[in-house]
Amino acid sequence: MTQPAQSTSNPLLQLWRNQESRGVIIQIVTMVVVFALLAAIARNVVINLEAVGKEFSFGFLLWPAAYDIGFSPFLEYTNRSTHLRAAVVGLLNTLLIAFWGCILATMVGFVLGIMRLSSNWLVSKLSYAFVEFMRNVPILIHILAIYAIVVTLLPPVKKALNVGADAFFLSNRGFYVPSPVFEDGATLVGIVLLLSIALVYFFKRWARRQQDDTGKIYPVLWVSLGILVALPGITFIATGMPLSWDVPVLKGFNFKGGMAIKPEFLALWLALSLYTACFIAEIVRAGILAVSHGQTEAAFALGLRPNRALQLIIIPQALRVIVPPLCSQYLNLTKNSSLAIAIGYMDITATLGGISLMQTGKEMETMLIVMGVYLVISLLISSFMNWFNHRIKLTER
Amino acid sequence: MSETSTTPRYAPGTHPDLPPPRRTTGALGWVRMNLLSSPLNVALTLLSIWLLWTILPPSIHWLFTGAIWTAVDRKECWALMDTPRDGACWAFIRGSFELFVYGWYPEPERWRVNLTFILFVAAIVGALRENIPGKKYWLIFAAAYPFIAAWLLLGGFGLEPVGTNKLGGILLTLVVAVTGISFSLPLGIALALGRRSNLPALRAVCVIFIEFIRGVPLITLLFVASTMLTYFLPPGSTFDLLMRVLIMVTLFASAYIAEVVRGGLQGLSSGQYEAADALGLSYWKAHRLVILPQALKISIPGIVNTFIGSYKDSTLVLIIGMMDILGLGRARLNDPDWLGLAPELYIFIALFFFISCFAMSRYSLNLEKKLQTDYKS
Repeated sequence: MTQPAQSTSNPLLQLWRNQESRGVIIQIVTMVVVFALLAAIARNVVINLEAVGKEFSFGFLLWPAAYDIGFSPFLEYTNRSTHLRAAVVGLLNTLLIAFWGCILATMVGFVLGIMRLSSNWLVSKLSYAFVEFMRNVPILIHILAIYAIVVTLLPPVKKALNVGADAFFLSNRGFYVPSPVFEDGATLVGIVLLLSIALVYFFKRWARRQQDDTGKIYPVLWVSLGILVALPGITFIATGMPLSWDVPVLKGFNFKGGMAIKPEFLALWLALSLYTACFIAEIVRAGILAVSHGQTEAAFALGLRPNRALQLIIIPQALRVIVPPLCSQYLNLTKNSSLAIAIGYMDITATLGGISLMQTGKEMETMLIVMGVYLVISLLISSFMNWFNHRIKLTER
Repeated sequence: MSETSTTPRYAPGTHPDLPPPRRTTGALGWVRMNLLSSPLNVALTLLSIWLLWTILPPSIHWLFTGAIWTAVDRKECWALMDTPRDGACWAFIRGSFELFVYGWYPEPERWRVNLTFILFVAAIVGALRENIPGKKYWLIFAAAYPFIAAWLLLGGFGLEPVGTNKLGGILLTLVVAVTGISFSLPLGIALALGRRSNLPALRAVCVIFIEFIRGVPLITLLFVASTMLTYFLPPGSTFDLLMRVLIMVTLFASAYIAEVVRGGLQGLSSGQYEAADALGLSYWKAHRLVILPQALKISIPGIVNTFIGSYKDSTLVLIIGMMDILGLGRARLNDPDWLGLAPELYIFIALFFFISCFAMSRYSLNLEKKLQTDYKS
């Protein structure tokens, strides 16, 4: 490199020309700019808050929240409860919709993805049309449209549709289903169920080790199913069947007994799950296609039976491709559940970030908490994803 | 043994190709192979046909044959049908169509919106078509388009000024989406380069920004834009709501673009970086001439997917009270003349988004095939 003679005499320019010192300069400048920006924002916030007579504190969380939450399945909540309690109710509702949404989305997604790969032309094309339609229309439209269908097109409570067995009713006020009533001894059944799950887990590990050591294959699936059904079943009968169903019955203007799945929950659940399922379907399809045909052939050449080949060769390899994007779809579903506010399902965005914000005027504090909650959920899901990725990573030699 | 004497004999390797088995050719063969190859498939086919039979004819009747296209209100619509509500009342959409497209843009100035739309199509075609003469100028035009559009829509410099509160409907949807898309790309590339940089402070800033934005829902960022962004600004300064929303949408999309571009940068073999270094190229030259052209090429499908995502996300502005196509449509539903026509409205808007998003995703697939330069066995 030829440098002009006069520049070598300038020490500043020399520093800039040196790669290491230039790196340091750039970093110092970046940090100064970032911190100056943050400081300016902080200063503006302080001045502006003072100008409108607000102070930055989280004390409002203990004030009574004077609004109702129509859907609080876990916690007791009245309009005299605090904003903090409203926030917790909202958080639980967010987690509830995310949990059930992920389950339904995974099931529908796998079915759609496998249908898409079906050798049956009609089935494959039906899945294709559904997937393309659902994922090319914004999720908000799905939520609003399904909500509109539930609220306006379903019959009123008095003429509720009997969907099955005089126990399931569909109306524009929600989906009425029987609720379980646990009697004495139900806890024992629950404990036995947990124990048998643990037993199955250890049996599986033991069988895997036996296979690794001796090559002997045990019928894991049937034994597990047997343990899972038989042990709790026997306890259930032995304790005198401590479970009954509270069936909803139409009395006057409303249903008595049973559980009502609110239309807001129903619409949000269906919309989120179906929308996410379409993305999952594509992921599943890509994952299965990513396992090269040679792997199947090699498995057969080794003399594995088709179901063993699927279980030992194809599924583990497909899962390696499927799981990381699947996790980010779960994350998307959780974040999209914040659209609940559009139809009045009370999740954390609607309670704390919506009504509490409007009532207390604490924009800063409420939004900080809401964003923090979503960030924590995101970080938890992505750290699980990283852990899983690390576990199933292809170890190359 | 007599049969062998009648069949002609061929030297090894000279036997002409036999026609495929009759069972596998022709329409019937196709049906047998693709629909009826096993008992399970027969059942699935029957199930699918039953499904289509129960869904399609009523839908077609409701959408087309039983639909009413001209009426003054819903009562007239339903009076025109054999049984009320048996068909769609497209008169609702037709009657509000101008509102849905232009929002409240003043009537005499609407030619500016039309011109913006036309220039939009021109910019897209010019930027995407290969082998177009003067490609360089088209690209410059496409890059300058957002500013031209802003001038045309908002006025000033010789044009009648129009307030941003007059924007609405499809116009607003496109404004939000196009701004988000065009400004998030350069910002996203910069963030990706920052994240890949070997300067720890720069990298930390980019990582924190990207992970923060990707960790929260867009709706919370929009709440921030609508309720508390003014607190961040020097006292006394106000800021147009649309502007604040556009900034948030851009920042949001840029974090996702950054991750896509980072994937592209990581997908490049390290030999490319080393080769650029060996040629003595500086950081910027190496990136401009060697790294980015290749990295961006691999990330095009992901970038288009992010664009589709931010296009769909533009509907979220309705939650903070802006009247994009969805917000405006929902407001129209409260019109006493057209109460209860939600299905028509949502189908219309869904179709609008479906057509544009599906076209984009098809284009991306197409491009992916065209850019596939490695040899696949």
